[in-house]
Amino acid sequence: MVTAATPPTLSMETSPQPLPAATAATPLIEVEHVDFFYGATQALRDITLTIDEHRVTALIGPSGCGKSTLLRCLNRMNDLIEGTRVARGSIRMRGVDINGPDVDVIELRKRVGMVFQKSNPFPKSIYENITYGLRLQGLKNKARLDEIVEKSLRGAALWDEVKDRLHTNGLSLSGGQQQRLCIARAIAVEPDVILMDEPCSALDPLSTSKVEELIHELKTRYTIVIVTHNMQQAARCSDKTAFFYLGRLVEYGETRTIFMNPANPQTEAYVSGRFG
Amino acid sequence: MLPSSGQPADFPVMKRFFDSELETFRSHLLLMGETSIRQVRDAMKALVESDAALAHHVIAADDELDTLEVKIDEEAARYMNLRAPVASELRLVIVGMKASHDLERVGDEASNIAKRAVRLSAEPPLKPYIDLPRMSGIALEMLRDALDCFLNGDVQKALAVCHRDTEVDQLNRQLYRELTSFMLEQPATIGRALELMFISKSIERIADHATNIAEEMIYLAKGQDVRHSEQVKKPASPAT
Repeated sequence: MVTAATPPTLSMETSPQPLPAATAATPLIEVEHVDFFYGATQALRDITLTIDEHRVTALIGPSGCGKSTLLRCLNRMNDLIEGTRVARGSIRMRGVDINGPDVDVIELRKRVGMVFQKSNPFPKSIYENITYGLRLQGLKNKARLDEIVEKSLRGAALWDEVKDRLHTNGLSLSGGQQQRLCIARAIAVEPDVILMDEPCSALDPLSTSKVEELIHELKTRYTIVIVTHNMQQAARCSDKTAFFYLGRLVEYGETRTIFMNPANPQTEAYVSGRFG
Repeated sequence: MLPSSGQPADFPVMKRFFDSELETFRSHLLLMGETSIRQVRDAMKALVESDAALAHHVIAADDELDTLEVKIDEEAARYMNLRAPVASELRLVIVGMKASHDLERVGDEASNIAKRAVRLSAEPPLKPYIDLPRMSGIALEMLRDALDCFLNGDVQKALAVCHRDTEVDQLNRQLYRELTSFMLEQPATIGRALELMFISKSIERIADHATNIAEEMIYLAKGQDVRHSEQVKKPASPAT
């Protein structure tokens, strides 16, 4: 006699399984249980995540969720704001606690460059914008500086547009070109990480497209962390996405999972534009 | 549904002005499902009762499904183009397009059955209609269960649909053997036996489409593509 078999329980009772990453990733920055305060106001609550090397990590979430705060924690830019403190937890880069007493903050910021929402070239020539940091570091060799300027501008996909006017003022460039100049300035010092805080929010679609192309190219040499309010930009540019809300990390995973099959209904509501 | 445990309780979720477009899309898909089920049921009724008029009605009504398929495709393309859906919404649009294609094919099979029912209605039955209604009954249950999953996200039910497909396959093979014997023993029955074989094949295809829809609904509900996986194969029955 044959009896009906009990149907097997589908493994879907648990949360969806993440899709495998395209290639193996190496952790570069490890954030563990970080609480961060502006004075008495807690901006980050128990944040734990890992930033993988040579990957683009997008931080998304509504205004005030803590994503920019976390970004600025990664190169201690928050130190410049009075009353701020990492009250708990650690941020390690290549195993070294970046908030440790022996860490040289200037050296850290060389390793972890930053590009801001509004392009902020120095009121100097394109050439000087790129070489400013290098000169501060004591590099004076003209041939070497020329070489780095060309390499950085090529790296920022700006060389062909400005190679004949390197000594004109950086502020004379278009908004998109100025933002790419800032990226060139950031990569001139050969950082490990580039932090981008809404780098395209003030740019037109064409310039945005160029910066996104650039992000895609840069990740082969640098690790990129980008804060963006543009969901499609996060979907297009990033390998991993972290969703923050009210200072908490709600969900973190492969971008394709976050945008195709997020585990948390809040993430789903946010990426679908139903938050608010 | 919001918020999940351990998350802030004040996560505001709003309705968007274009949410109604998704509701329309869903209702068109459901209408297509109901229409295709009605078409199969009526085609089989026409066959069993030798009702040529009903069969003609089924053939004429196939246009309804064709029109709905085109409408669903248009709505899906428009929504993807203008609303840039992500997550479960994107899965809904993808699944809607695929399921509507399956349902349109179900309608075509119903129409094929009806055409053969018209021809068979002019002749005496080869044998009592027992196996074909049994097969179509299972196929219709599979379709209904697959569409129930669309309504309530019951993944286990959808999985059971996939497992039932082999039941219909077996009945189809059994009927094929039986009708072959008829043809060998009584060559005068070849014409009618072939019509019944094709009807059996149509029902088997309807069950295949129901299985496809069930797999699509699992993808919609869980984001997991289970096609061709071990999960959708019929579990082995333990021998006692």
